[in-house]
Amino acid sequence: MTSLLTYTFKNLPNTSKWALRFCMRPLSSSSQVQAAAASQTKSKKTLAKPNIRNIVVVDGVRTPFLLSGTSYKDLMPHDLARAALSGLLHRTSVPKDAVDYIIFGTVIQEVKTSNVAREAALGAGFSDKTPAHTVTMACISSNQAMTTAVGLIASGQCDVVVAGGVELMSDIPIRHSRKMRKMMLDLNKAKTLAQRLSVISKFRLNFLSPELPAVSEFSTSETMGHSADRLAAAFAISREEQDEYALRSHSLAKRAQDEGLLSDVVPFKVPGRDTVTQDNGIRPSSLDQMAKLKPAFIKPYGTVTAANSSFLTDGASAVLIMAEEKALAMGYKPKAYLRDFMYVSQDPKDQLLLGPTYATPKVLEKAGLTMNDIDAFEFHEAFSGQILANLKAMDSDWFAQNYMGRKAKVGLPPLEKFNNWGGSLSLGHPFGATGCRLVMAAANRLRKEGGQYGLVAACAAGGQGHAMIVEAYPK
Amino acid sequence: MVVSRAIGSLSRFTASRTLRCSGYICRSFTRASALLTRTHINYGVKGDVAVIRINSPNSKVNTLSQELHSEFMEVMNEVWSSSQIRSAVLISTKPGCFIAGADLNMLNACTTSQEVTQISQEAQKMFEKLEKSTKPVVAAINGSCLGGGLELAISCQYRIATKDKKTVLGSPEVLLGILPGAGATQRLPKMVGIPAAFDMMLTGRSIRADRAKKMGLVDQLVEPLGPGVKPPEERTIEYLEEVAITFAKGLADKKITPKRDKGLVEKMTSYALSIPFVRQQIYKKVEEKVQKQTKGLYPAPLKIIDVVKTGIEQGSNAGYLSESQRFGELAMTKESKALMGLYRGQTQCKKNKFGAPQKEVKQLAVLGAGLMGAGIAQVSVDKGLQTILKDTTLPALGRGQQQVFKGLNDKVKKKTLTSFERDAMFSNLIGQLDYRGFEKADMVIEAVFEDLSLKHRVLKETEAVIPDHCVFASNTSALPIGEIATVSKRPEKVIGMHYFSPVDKMQLLEIITTEKTSKDTTASAVDVGLRQGKVIIVVKDGPGFYTTRCLTPMMSEVIRILQEGVGPKKLDSLTTSFGFPVGAATLVDEVGVDVAKHVAENLGKEFGERFAGGSLEMLQQMISKGFLGRKSGKGFYIYQEGVKNKNLNSDMDSILASLKMPSQPDVSSDEDIQYRLVTRFVNEAILCLQEGVLATPTEGDIGAVFGLGFPPCLGGPFHFVDLYGAQKIVDRLRKYEAVYGKQFTPCQLLVDHANNPNKKFYQ
Repeated sequence: MTSLLTYTFKNLPNTSKWALRFCMRPLSSSSQVQAAAASQTKSKKTLAKPNIRNIVVVDGVRTPFLLSGTSYKDLMPHDLARAALSGLLHRTSVPKDAVDYIIFGTVIQEVKTSNVAREAALGAGFSDKTPAHTVTMACISSNQAMTTAVGLIASGQCDVVVAGGVELMSDIPIRHSRKMRKMMLDLNKAKTLAQRLSVISKFRLNFLSPELPAVSEFSTSETMGHSADRLAAAFAISREEQDEYALRSHSLAKRAQDEGLLSDVVPFKVPGRDTVTQDNGIRPSSLDQMAKLKPAFIKPYGTVTAANSSFLTDGASAVLIMAEEKALAMGYKPKAYLRDFMYVSQDPKDQLLLGPTYATPKVLEKAGLTMNDIDAFEFHEAFSGQILANLKAMDSDWFAQNYMGRKAKVGLPPLEKFNNWGGSLSLGHPFGATGCRLVMAAANRLRKEGGQYGLVAACAAGGQGHAMIVEAYPK
Repeated sequence: MVVSRAIGSLSRFTASRTLRCSGYICRSFTRASALLTRTHINYGVKGDVAVIRINSPNSKVNTLSQELHSEFMEVMNEVWSSSQIRSAVLISTKPGCFIAGADLNMLNACTTSQEVTQISQEAQKMFEKLEKSTKPVVAAINGSCLGGGLELAISCQYRIATKDKKTVLGSPEVLLGILPGAGATQRLPKMVGIPAAFDMMLTGRSIRADRAKKMGLVDQLVEPLGPGVKPPEERTIEYLEEVAITFAKGLADKKITPKRDKGLVEKMTSYALSIPFVRQQIYKKVEEKVQKQTKGLYPAPLKIIDVVKTGIEQGSNAGYLSESQRFGELAMTKESKALMGLYRGQTQCKKNKFGAPQKEVKQLAVLGAGLMGAGIAQVSVDKGLQTILKDTTLPALGRGQQQVFKGLNDKVKKKTLTSFERDAMFSNLIGQLDYRGFEKADMVIEAVFEDLSLKHRVLKETEAVIPDHCVFASNTSALPIGEIATVSKRPEKVIGMHYFSPVDKMQLLEIITTEKTSKDTTASAVDVGLRQGKVIIVVKDGPGFYTTRCLTPMMSEVIRILQEGVGPKKLDSLTTSFGFPVGAATLVDEVGVDVAKHVAENLGKEFGERFAGGSLEMLQQMISKGFLGRKSGKGFYIYQEGVKNKNLNSDMDSILASLKMPSQPDVSSDEDIQYRLVTRFVNEAILCLQEGVLATPTEGDIGAVFGLGFPPCLGGPFHFVDLYGAQKIVDRLRKYEAVYGKQFTPCQLLVDHANNPNKKFYQ
């Protein structure tokens, strides 16, 4: 435990006043943690429930996450998904025909491969007898893929399911305008030349203006960055705090990468290019450099900048989920159990990104755990401001009482257990693929650092959120 | 081009708009005796920025009163003399209100125009000092910034506003018959250009923050915040202050300049306006437009044009002088007193004097998806009220649902709603053909045809399915509620709610209580009406209630005048030039000839000779020929889709000729014709007060102006009697009585007022 603390400390930039301040709280509370550790008891020994199948993650992989427009820019989404699937096959050596079902999450859909799970599975050499479907739930799409798998296994429908996610932001479907599409469809139906000419005569130049996939929330017409900036302001989080948190994320990711901790990454030989072996968005900078950037959304005085937001990312991930008895029968040594999970949703305008705050206490209560039981927190970092706002919200009695209907605050996750190997800010955030990365990070951290329970939480567009408990598989 | 823009912007200025003073809030608060500590304003210094916070005690809004004025002066003097302070932020800590305008009581307390002029000049001086401040002052605006509040804000060096629905900027003085008297007539044209300044000051419209930013009225916008670790409103104000401080520092350090880049159109416009000839054309066009729309009945708009012109053509000294003098003159006019009276009345009629109902209405049901029913549903669902709309046939129901959708969708087109908000509102509406779900209804409003037996049937059917607490409201314009309630098992729950067409545009709701209606039922109806955004009068049951009863004798006189050979066009122009928004003949067409006849017959039976005058035979003949007014395409005029200028219906000539009566030369001058109409209206209104149908003169005025279009410049029948003299009106009535008989006999209460000049409806 002490080594863990010093480890975290080393990781933080010494110059950072803020980090120190932030660390003070965990430090002061760490005595309790140590006390708890000293008595050697978790509030619960395991989350296994009688008469319910235990569900395990055998292993999981992901392609390196790359900045959009770099090495993956000529690929299609199913190519990336295929790479993740092949990587998983290779890593786990699971017999292809043992897989009962495949589920992938994705957000911006390529029209040609709208069921990207199926196209990728076929291309990756899975049996054509294995059905596959694609789910979408914004940034928690692959979380949804995993929990769908959990449902299929728990209900006895399947024993072995592959869940994953993919996002390729280097290419997005840009459409003709509605007017142009309507004209083209009418033209299709027109039979005679006269009919065709009459349709064409309706053409106007403005028909040519293209339609981009929505970057803003449909219900509120507000972009997520804009909402994050307002959220940060609502919780009075300064630009400096946000930059410092982003720097922490990059520094920790860099260290994890250098120390080879990101073991879920599998190399990907991109056709026509060099083999990609690691994430390329990890760029620890300096606070001075970061301070020079202009606000990206609320101009000219906002606090959210390119440096303290997650960047547009290409990437794919996949995990192999099985019923425990099946995994053992097949001779696997699973990495973790997938335990209780929770989806929440709230006001998409003012609380768009507060999902983790709502989901965390609910999933802990459902599992019968407390914040102190958690050894590894893996929270999705959409924006520095969003993470810090969630932390402040969880630490606020006022917020808990007025918005969550709770008597007291949720409590603050200790920062030394929080996203220790970097997060979406630094590793990148391919919308549909992040969920599996979070689960694997939690599982791998529990194995590496010791500890029993991990908590995964994420926010998503639409004002939704998710949290799940990951329990380390006994060694 | 510039001219056409100016006119385009003015075309929205209509007489009925003159009354939409909804945003302009002026409240009186007790004048605190001068204390050592300041009561309205305090300030603190953050770094080198003075943060001046306004918050008048014991009031929902801040108003520019003399105390606030002098405290502000004190504070500014301290700011200017302090060597530590380099800039200042001016902010209100009151949620939803920066400064809502001048203190109207301060103006009303003045007895001469000189006093008012002096108030104006003091404010002008203060704002001029502020404008010339070497230390930059940033106005941080959250909530209404109207009238004097806007004048203060535009005197500052920089303006930052929250992009909140409650944040509106405007110069609504014209709606009260006055003009902006603290420099806005001089500063606004320079700031937003002459056409936009005219538009603001002549229409009094409220401008939302994002629009204000585009116009150059504010320099920066701040987004309202959601919940954090304290209430959103509180944190939003705090955040606004933080942002304003950074800009104040930037201005003091000269890192930010208050100048903004103008677009190409703006540059071209301002170039065009530098040519005197172009300006003259604009003044001329604007004046013509105002003349046409106000018929010269409202002095304020013309004076505003005059003052703006003086400032631009003769320099700002002359402009300020002219502004303060015209301000003083206008404040003493009858029109201004009438409009201010209406404003106060409107404020009173937006309160529920019956208190909160025991059970708030959550589920509403509307019977009948016609024009009225759908209109009622629309103003309910857009306020978040769950509403069932029931009709008997699918096509009728579909038409009603489409009307609601169109009403909401038009707001999307005007960008006051997003398509998502529209969809969410529309989902509050459930259309159906049966009584399913009525067992959960808290209130049912029926808007079926005006037929007593049908209303009885509907009432019985409804009572069979609704819960005990449910209120049954009848939307009728003339059928007595007591008669409708005769078949009710629970008459204490039956009430009248008389909406006016079109429901989403007309502000008035007339609520009718019978002897048996319980107080809680009334409270519930008023509560629903207020939530629907209505201005409400509560009257006693009786034939025609209040509004229909006042209108009917006037309509009878309209027919009489037509019979005497005055053509519909001439009659229309006589009534509109008196201040009615719609001409009398056109009004008959709009209401529907059949409806008018139905009402006239019913009320004629009840009231006998007092409602005599014209012959109902005319309406009967029109109905038999199918001339039902606008809805049938023909009435006194011919109505065609897409044709703007309506033509007289020549087929009416024979009807008019067959019923022609000799005109009486003594009482047939243009003015006499106008007064024959108006005095009958006014006399009946006062009789309603005398008989207790009306509880207060205020409700009488509000009902007449907002429901029937009684000339707003006269302030309603009761203000009219007060301001023009009861004696004069009695004299008129006596003169007409001598010719026509009892329908012109003045009622006792009016005679009392004439006999005692000290007696006034408004003290």
